[in-house]
Amino acid sequence: MDSSYIIPFVNSVESVFETMLQLPVKVGEPVMKRSGDPAYDVSGIIGMSGDVEGSVVLSFPTTTAERVVSLFTGMELAHTHEDFPDAIGELINMITGGAKAKFTGKDVNISCPSVVVGSDHVVFGRKDVVCILIPCESDCGDFCVEISIRKQSGGAADAQASTDAATGQAS
Amino acid sequence: MKVLLVDDSKTMRNIQKGILTQLGYTDIEEACDGLDALSKVGAFQPDLLLVDWNMPNMDGLTFVKQFRAKGSKAPIIMVTTEAEKSRVVEAIKAGVNNYVVKPFTPDSLSQRIKETLDRTAAA
Repeated sequence: MDSSYIIPFVNSVESVFETMLQLPVKVGEPVMKRSGDPAYDVSGIIGMSGDVEGSVVLSFPTTTAERVVSLFTGMELAHTHEDFPDAIGELINMITGGAKAKFTGKDVNISCPSVVVGSDHVVFGRKDVVCILIPCESDCGDFCVEISIRKQSGGAADAQASTDAATGQAS
Repeated sequence: MKVLLVDDSKTMRNIQKGILTQLGYTDIEEACDGLDALSKVGAFQPDLLLVDWNMPNMDGLTFVKQFRAKGSKAPIIMVTTEAEKSRVVEAIKAGVNNYVVKPFTPDSLSQRIKETLDRTAAA
């Protein structure tokens, strides 16, 4: 995957948490997500379409998600509360919207977010698109952003090329 | 001063409501999408609207166009994650008076609200 797609997400995560929650986030080195990586309990998922297509996932352990939502909304909301998914959805909406604005010269649309709440779930993206995991640390706990996007092409060759680029292999 | 908040996120509406209340504006109506907003503007007659862009059923841009087509002149602030220049231009052409990109601080939103109302009063 083109690294120019990753940096905007790193910047956007930092910006959203700092601006809306006054919560500094330490972003770790992005890595390829592999099967067997730890699964989380709360995920906000959003789709991208247009010149760049795929999905972006914001995932937390339950306790971290509840602390984050508490800071965001200004009230204690358990993960079972009806308004809890709305807050998670708005966070991934702002993160993805902020990132896509930096995709210079690309016309990209984002979907309305979906939210999954359930212990140890795994979100599977498209098999033909590499998933990059951005680990994040905060005073509320660790969480991550998973980015599974590529330039719109529809061609299998482009998908293979993006996989090879991410894994350092030559085509 | 009657304010209509149009956003599919209840969290975001609550945040905006808190900021408006601190500014002294408490006559606030809420709508969860463009269609809901269109159904409420007739009876509520807002003096200011804060409108999100990406919403289900009817997006904010479509709402703004239909609201303006009715001849309504109340100022509209678009509050959205859509930060590209082309989107801002599109919104202004549709009839939006001011633009706030999410994420925002309470101060920045307050400033835009005051600025928008001052401009409207001066016009």
